Amino acid sequence: MTTLADQFQPGTFVDALRFVVDNVGFLLHLAGQQLVLSLAAIGIALVLALPLGLWLGHKHRGLFFAASVSNVGRALPSLVLIAFGLVVFGLGFWNNAAALVVLAVPPILTNAYFAIDGVDPDVVEAARGMGLSERQVLTQVELPLGLPLVVAGIRIATIFVIATATIASIAGGHGLGDVIVNQATYGLDGVVGASLCVSLLAFAAALLLGLLHRAVSPRHGAGT
Amino acid sequence: MIAASGPVIPNFGRGSACEVNNGTFCWDWVQQHWHDTLWPALVQHIELALIAVVIGFAIAFLLTLLGLRFRLLDAPIGYWADFLYTIPSLALFQLLVPITGITVLTVEIALVSYTLLVLYRNMVEGLRAVPAEVVESARGAGFTRTQTFLRVELPLATPTIMAGVRIATVSTISIATVAAFVLPQGLGYPLFIALRQDVFKTEIFAAGALAVSLALTADGLLHLLERALTPWTRRARHA
Repeated sequence: MTTLADQFQPGTFVDALRFVVDNVGFLLHLAGQQLVLSLAAIGIALVLALPLGLWLGHKHRGLFFAASVSNVGRALPSLVLIAFGLVVFGLGFWNNAAALVVLAVPPILTNAYFAIDGVDPDVVEAARGMGLSERQVLTQVELPLGLPLVVAGIRIATIFVIATATIASIAGGHGLGDVIVNQATYGLDGVVGASLCVSLLAFAAALLLGLLHRAVSPRHGAGT
Repeated sequence: MIAASGPVIPNFGRGSACEVNNGTFCWDWVQQHWHDTLWPALVQHIELALIAVVIGFAIAFLLTLLGLRFRLLDAPIGYWADFLYTIPSLALFQLLVPITGITVLTVEIALVSYTLLVLYRNMVEGLRAVPAEVVESARGAGFTRTQTFLRVELPLATPTIMAGVRIATVSTISIATVAAFVLPQGLGYPLFIALRQDVFKTEIFAAGALAVSLALTADGLLHLLERALTPWTRRARHA
């Protein structure tokens, strides 16, 4: 049995960086594949969940549904989803895309619901009084006001999806996870190097959506 | 003696027809391997998650006290927790391996890291939402600062804090499955093995169902605990 001190190998990080530098092209290629898988999943999840969440929020209906989707969604472990996707759909791109969609829908749907549901009723009433149609109320009043929370939901979903797309490598989803789950081929240097890369990818995505969140938040967009 | 005729699921001994053909769900496998595979994995999973949430709660609580006392620290603590939360779980586990090795410590550090964001946010939010008048009248009634905190502010913040604990617990149970990539423990391990070995469906469904049930059960139990801790919220609603 090795002790903790034996396993302390900070030098691995130096080797990992060397691995990254030596394999930039390969890692970029993998990152691109992971990005395609993640974007496909988030795109599908947005199409499925966003209109439904916004509409339910607008009608102030389905509180139990929205809350349950979020509770059950959180209880579905990513590895379990990936494994189930593999069993149900077989190996390929879509088994993982499907699993990632299931993962991305709850935060998007629930946040969209609560974003619209929570808009000040007086404001909505005033908009109706000014003669806006239901559609206009939703798109011109409720959506702009609820947008920060909607974007926050998309941000969480994106973080989940990128993290899980990494795990998807075990079920044939190509990406940086290919290196991380294959220590036999790439060694610990490769595993740690790819882990750094995938973290960078996640930070970039989170930062981008964080900036979008700031842009749509009233505090920062005053005067527009 | 290995007499392989047709697909054989490795490491599962002589299987029934269902197991050998990798049927959708073989009850006999579950019965046979409950004691040597599923039950130990479930117990390990509960241990991993429980330790993480308890330690995460303690750290988040200390950070909350810091954040409330020194307002300047609030934003940096929040950013730090968000930073940790953003690291993909598989990457964080692997990034810790060169530092803490293939140990339970590695898994726990990662799991604890993921609990901090939601616990910290909910604790701060819950405590800040306590009306200033309530705090002032408690002080006016002769409560010390500590008494006010323990007997007035903390109970009033409990629903928000417990909501955070529920989310953190369920998420931890979920992320703990990924720990199997670095440490052969928890419900992720049988899943991982089944995926690696010709996608043995029974084991995937059994371990997956256990993980989901565990998360839902924990959520339900914490909901009951929340109601027990805050009886006044129900009384008020029915009044």
